[in-house]
Parts: sequence; C-alpha cells; structure tokens
Amino acid sequence: MRLILLASLLVAPPSLAQGTAPLRVDINAGLTQPMPIAVPAFAPGNGASTEAGTTTQLGQRAAEVIANDLKSSGLFRPLDPAAYTTQVGIDDVVKPDFPAWRTVAAQALVTGTVTANADGGITLACYAYDVFAGTEIARQGFVTTVAGWRRAAHKCADLVYSRLTGESGYFDSRIVYVSETGSRTRRIKRLAIMDQDGAGHRFLTSGQNLVLTPRFAPGQQTITYMSFDNDRPRVWLYTLGSGRQESVGSFAAMTFAPRFSPDGQNLVFSMAVGGNTDIYRFNLATRAITRLTTGPGIDTSPSYSPDGSRIVFESDRGGSQQIYVMNADGSGQSRISFGEGRSASPVWSPRGDYIAFTRIGGGRFGIGVMRPDGGGERLLTNGYQDESPAWSPNGRVILFARGDRSGRSGLWSVDISGLNERRLATPLDASDPAWSPLLP
Amino acid sequence: MTRQIPTLTLLAVAALSLAACATKKVELEAPPATARPETPAAPVQQGGGDTAAPVTSGTLPGSQQDLREKAGSDTVLFGYDSYELDADARAVLTRHAAWLKANPGVRVTLEGHCDERGTREYNLALGDRRANSAKNFLASQGVDVGRLSTISYGKEKPVAEGGDDAAHAQNRRAVTVVMGR
Repeated sequence: MRLILLASLLVAPPSLAQGTAPLRVDINAGLTQPMPIAVPAFAPGNGASTEAGTTTQLGQRAAEVIANDLKSSGLFRPLDPAAYTTQVGIDDVVKPDFPAWRTVAAQALVTGTVTANADGGITLACYAYDVFAGTEIARQGFVTTVAGWRRAAHKCADLVYSRLTGESGYFDSRIVYVSETGSRTRRIKRLAIMDQDGAGHRFLTSGQNLVLTPRFAPGQQTITYMSFDNDRPRVWLYTLGSGRQESVGSFAAMTFAPRFSPDGQNLVFSMAVGGNTDIYRFNLATRAITRLTTGPGIDTSPSYSPDGSRIVFESDRGGSQQIYVMNADGSGQSRISFGEGRSASPVWSPRGDYIAFTRIGGGRFGIGVMRPDGGGERLLTNGYQDESPAWSPNGRVILFARGDRSGRSGLWSVDISGLNERRLATPLDASDPAWSPLLP
Repeated sequence: MTRQIPTLTLLAVAALSLAACATKKVELEAPPATARPETPAAPVQQGGGDTAAPVTSGTLPGSQQDLREKAGSDTVLFGYDSYELDADARAVLTRHAAWLKANPGVRVTLEGHCDERGTREYNLALGDRRANSAKNFLASQGVDVGRLSTISYGKEKPVAEGGDDAAHAQNRRAVTVVMGR
C-alpha cells in the first residue's frame, strides 16, 4: 500500500496570526488534563463514490479513526460531535470559523477532505489548527488506494500528534501478538496481527503448534518468533504477505527469545544447551553463529540498542534475574539493574533513552523503565502478572501483557509517565505483544 | 465400578499409542496425577453371577502407565525457581532408572515445566534446567544417555489448572515421558 504525501497540492491557509505561544502538549510532564480537540467529519472533496463508500461516508469514518487515535494517547480529548452541529464543508476546512470553534471550547481543530480520484483511489487532505490563536498547525495530503483510507487517517493523526507534542507519531503501525484461548492446561496459542487501533485483525497461524514471542523485523514484513513445531522448540521466521514460515538455522538444542538487530541483518536469541542458556547472534545471510555470553547462568531476552552498538539482556549469573548491558560483540558485560526484587525481559526503546523491563517482587509483576545506565528507574504498572513490555515506534508508550490469577490475559498500554493505562481490545485472550515500526 | 472406567481408558490410550506410534501428544495430555487410578482396580464383580471372567486391568510393559505403576509416579517436583532434585525427586528418579534398565528398549524424553509465576523466556530456560537435572540424574544411575532426550515447555503446559500455590507447586515439575522403542 502506497501513501503519497501531497502538501503542495493543498490550498494555502489563511494568513497566520502572530504573537501567541504555540499550542503544545508536553507528553513527558504527566498530563492530567487532555487537550480538548474537535475532529468533525471530513468534508467530501467531490460527490463521487468509492468501493469503500461515498466520500461523505469515508470522511465520517476517517474523522472517527483520527479522534480515536488521538484519544487513545491520553493527551487529547476529542469533543463529542453532538457539541457542534454544523456540517463542515470544503470552505470551512481551509477557512475555519474560529470564533464558533472557540464557543465549544476546542483548543485544536483537525479537519479535512476526502476526495475520490479518477484512478479509483482517494486523497485525504488533513488540516490542523490552533483554535484560540486562529493559526494553522499542520496540513498534508495523503493519496492512497481506497483500501488504504484507514492508513491515511492514521497518518493524519500522526501528523497532528507530532506537531502538538514534538514527538514522532505512532498511529500508523501494527501490533503482532499471541492470541490465546482455552483453559490453562489446554491453551491454544496463535500468532495474530492487527492495526495499532485493533482494526484489520487476523490470525497468522492455525494454533496447531505452540507459538511464542513474535517480534517485527525493522522492515516489518518479517516476524521472528518461537514455535514448538514437531516438538522442536526453535526460532522461526514468518513472512507477511506470503505467509511463509521457516525455521532459523539447524540447531540441536532449543533456540528462543529472538529479536532482530536494527539493520535487520542479524538475529539475537538464546540457545539452551544441556541446561545452560546463553545468547547468540545469527547472521541471516551467512548463517554464521556467534556466541555472545558464556558461563553457567541463564542469559536470555536480548534486545539491541537502536544504533546496534549494544545489547541489553537478563541474566541470573548474580543469583537472580537482573538486567545487564554488553557491547554487540559480547564484550564489556555489566549489570545495570539494582532495584528490589528481580528485573527481567528488558527491551531497549527505539529512541534509545529508556529500557523497559518486568519487575518481579512481593508476589507482583509490574512494568518499569530505567535509563541504559540503570539510573532513573520508575515502575509504571503493578499487577498480578504484568510482563512482556514492548515499545511504541516513538518510544513513548509501552504495550504489555497483563495476566490475572484465573489464567486470563490481555494487552494493555501505559505511557512512559505511568499515566493512561488502558486495555487494548482483542478478540480472545492475548500475550507477548510487539509493536511494528511506523509504516512507510 | 466407576474407577474401572479411567483405568480402562488409560489402558486403551496406552495400547493405542504403542500401536500407532503417533504417541507423544496423547501421552502428554494424560490427566493430572490426582485423577489417575492409584492402583490397578480390583476385579469387577459382575452382576450376572460367577460364570463371567473377571476383568483385570493389565498394563503393557514399557508403557507410560507401566512406568507410573512401577515407579509410583512419572513426575518429580521442584521448589520455586529451583532445579535441584530433593530426596523425594531422587527417589522417584532412581525408580525410573531401574525401570529403564528393566525395559532396555525404551527411550524417554525428560520434560521440564515451570509454574506461571515467572517471565516467559526465563521459564523456558528454567524448564530446560529442570529437564537436564532429571536427565543427568538418570545418566548418573547408569542409563545410557542415548535413550534420554529433553524438552522444555517453560510455563506453557501446566498440569494443574489453578492459580494458587498448590497448583504452582504441581506445575514445577519434570516428567519422564515414554517415547517408544
């Protein structure tokens, strides 16, 4: 699916007002008052119909997708469309009635048009305004296929989010995870994928084999995971699109806990040989395998720093699970976690500034973050069994699995300030989430 | 009367397994220990009189059921986050070793399992440690390592449904699973 950015085709905005402070959301401040924002139905750019409905219908649905994205961040409070009854036309998109929007207390306005193109595709034009200053914040056009209308709407939400927070967006992205059903002793697990907002859900595997810990390649067309196919627990690759599944290498022992390197050239994973688990790097092109840790402890859950120079992992070499960092060649291993209890399953943020991890202590499991030097540790969640943290592509939201004592589990997210803890809807129980990079 | 049914069912399962050689899945999903018959059931007294032949539950030598009966259990338990074999576990595994010597054609897989109170990837490694603890003990008792393989299921295949400490204790285990000859 191709999305073409189209800023130049859009109509010029009205002259910008001067002298007011720019509208800004500080995501790191621990926002307790989300910004009121109006996202009225996008106007039909023409009266044409598409395979997915009329441009009026698509404009309605696009606004709902955008409002839902912004609301899910916890930073924005989309106004109830019942608060503003006026239909937005094309003229209102490029020249909003700011006094009217002020009367409904909208601080920001996201509006736009959906136009059916001659080739069967659509153009979604996205405009954002600072209502009180009466100024334009952003505008961009997205040309795509009819089927891509949701992605165009997510791109619009990402544009608004990034202009108002100063962070890159994360809405045009996908989540792969393990779907679970059945009682504890008869659990069936399948790989499943969905858009970040839950749309487009589909299962990738049948449930015949136990599958665990899927993670995206940087190019996001490949997923590495673990499968018990044929009672041989090994690392596998799944190619989206073709649905091709292949085991990685030919190892005599269990391989697990795989992740891609940031350049996509290597996998790191654990291999358990005779009761001893160490971390290895596997070059996907040459199939060369390099042992990165030695010694009798359990070394697992490796995760690269975004620049590929270092790897964070967990080890019980000191007596219990703690977090360590090493250079990508295995040298310079040092412990960074010194908090109470155990610290496990570390994941390096795609921004590089934090490492998310699972804290086990006092009979509880929670998700925390620390800096790569181990400082600044903060616990963000606390549950019966919160584990398996995964970063949003902008490194500001953490997805995790929360299990309860009855054996049920689901996906939750929390932002790095520890606020906006919320559950993601999945058709069945869920665990082991991974978030894709932003789609191109 | 009712106790006869699970015994016969298990027997049938064991027989099927041996016959079909598609055995592993069936054996893995055997009911938990509490549901197993403690001893072979006594001959059934048929209501019709003394002409009916008594039905006794037989056990195929070298089968999973045979291992359970001869060794008392096919499972050893571990402490929290531990892969050490305690005295009870060593006693059971000593009987497994004797049984393996008495059934020289049989190969077994040592399955390592964990309770749910650990992170997923660590538990895969811990299950591997438990499976290897059992394997190494059997080898130390003189069982040819060529007959012993291991697999870790981490916390993915508990045998007890519950979420309390008693269930967790049952799930921290290594199981000696007969793979055939």
